[in-house]
Amino acid sequence: MAKTVEEIAEAMFKMVKDATGMKKLKPTDLIKAMKELYGDDVDKKLCKEAIKQLVNSGTCVYTYFGGSFIELPHREGAAND
Amino acid sequence: MANTLPKTPMLDELETGEWPSFVKEIKMAAKENPMSSDLLALLERSYKEKIGHWKHGGIVGVMGYGGGVIGRYNDLPEEYPNISHFHTMRINQPSGWFYTTDALRKICDIWEKRGSGLTNMHGSTGDIILLGTSTDQLEPTFSDLAKIDFDIGGSGSDVRTPSCCCGMARCEWACYDTMQCCYDFTMAYQDELHRPAFPYKFKFKFSGCPNDCVASIARSDMSIIGTWRDEIQMDKDAIAEYAANGMDIKSDVVDNCPAKCMEWDGKELLIDNQYCRRCMHCINVMPKALRPGKDRGATILLGAKAPIVEGALLSSVLIPFIKMEPPYKEIMDMVERIWDLWCEEGKARERVGEFIQRVGLGNFLEAIEVEPVAEMVAFPRENPYVFYEEYFEEGDDDEEEGGDDE
Ligand code: HEM
Ligand code: HEM
Ligand code: SF4
Ligand code: SF4
Repeated sequence: MAKTVEEIAEAMFKMVKDATGMKKLKPTDLIKAMKELYGDDVDKKLCKEAIKQLVNSGTCVYTYFGGSFIELPHREGAAND
Repeated sequence: MANTLPKTPMLDELETGEWPSFVKEIKMAAKENPMSSDLLALLERSYKEKIGHWKHGGIVGVMGYGGGVIGRYNDLPEEYPNISHFHTMRINQPSGWFYTTDALRKICDIWEKRGSGLTNMHGSTGDIILLGTSTDQLEPTFSDLAKIDFDIGGSGSDVRTPSCCCGMARCEWACYDTMQCCYDFTMAYQDELHRPAFPYKFKFKFSGCPNDCVASIARSDMSIIGTWRDEIQMDKDAIAEYAANGMDIKSDVVDNCPAKCMEWDGKELLIDNQYCRRCMHCINVMPKALRPGKDRGATILLGAKAPIVEGALLSSVLIPFIKMEPPYKEIMDMVERIWDLWCEEGKARERVGEFIQRVGLGNFLEAIEVEPVAEMVAFPRENPYVFYEEYFEEGDDDEEEGGDDE
């Protein structure tokens, strides 16, 4: 059964949440994981849509530390008030 | 406060040289803008102490976008409160960097209100660089800019803001419409530009001819450089005129031809076009007499990068010649295949040029479905990349890997 954007976004969100504090995940990590999990029920376009939804809703944010990552919103170490 | 500049004896020395000085510019901005004033004071302090006082931020940006804002904080916020935050914004420049003065004034007005007032026109990225603002000003700046039709550019692991030479707008040598092409690619890849999804950055640069005024061969992962495949156009009368006016055609033109494919007998200039390397030298020296041929298109090269994680690379030939006509479907399809492969197999922070070096050009070409051709070989017999499968018998795989019985 083809997955919906919402389902993929939910699964990605869970991955990001579980990895918080342990590993920073790149968008490609998330997309690869979804393909492993759901096989032909997902494609790159759907996964990109899901990431877009997570970021546009503020559930996740893009971060940059040498490369780009997807993380939960948080106050970063370097920030000044 | 705003009008008294901090004392900066060391910086002041930088104003005494012959070159335009950024110190002068920052001082000018500092008269009105407290951020610039603190910046002067902090920089002077860094010069004295020989210590940098900036921290990198990794999270600031505007809602929905993953690129275009580069976070900076200083580590002495109590002493320099106005530049506690000093984020850079990259703004997508118009193709070929053409502006009306009205547009420039509006950008400056926005930035004087929302940031330090300091700009860098243009960064080596090609974008408009707006230097220094605080986190709470990012969204308002973004929306002010959107009202005058400017958008944020790329940063991080995304398609970086594409840039091009002024091409057909000003230059008779342009072999394709760089400005149109740059614009079309920018619009086609908006998603990839704003939502980083690659192992690392990917840059496109477009030059209209091999003079390569945007240095695409050194600065872009994909360099699209105009060229021609027929004969250099020649105006015999104009050649005679150059000679009559004292140009030494033998030493200035013929002897400098890298292909050694020109001859000059004092009357007639001959070019053996099949050996011409399209280097532009002769055309640059005799612009009135010579010009690129009529059958024009571009060479597509892949893989340049500056030394960050590993050493510098120049782009090398991927497609020797292609006609450049919108909507550039053939090129964009190939770009998609390159991205798919690189996203699947590339390591974190590995540029596409490094990726090719790691997996080998032969494997790379096979995966992106491009036939190897002689033009891809930079150094004959030294280049271990290209394997022609038909030379190998079935079961010869080990030789292919090692190639040590050559
Ligand atoms: C040890 C200190 C630093 C290192 C190693 C460093 C390294 C780098 C690198 C590798 C890039 C290119 C990033 C990319 O495009 O992927 C970059 C860009 C940049 N850095 Fe730094 N940097 C340092 C300090 C600073 C400081 C102190 C500032 C500002 C006060 C700064 C401002 C910038 C800006 C504005 C850019 C973007 C330039 C552009 O848009 O072309 N950097 N830096
Ligand atoms: C003595 C002090 C400085 C020197 C010698 C210096 C030198 C340079 C040079 C050589 C470049 C590369 C230009 C290019 O090829 O595009 C550069 C870029 C840059 N500088 Fe400076 N700089 C100085 C101070 C500063 C300060 C104080 C700032 C910020 C307030 C600054 C911000 C930048 C930025 C953002 C870029 C990258 C823009 C770009 O090319 O994309 N620099 N600087
Ligand atoms: S790269 Fe060639 S076409 Fe473009 S501006 Fe330079 S000389 Fe002209
Ligand atoms: S373009 Fe360069 S290689 Fe070709 S004829 Fe002129 S100088 Fe020689």
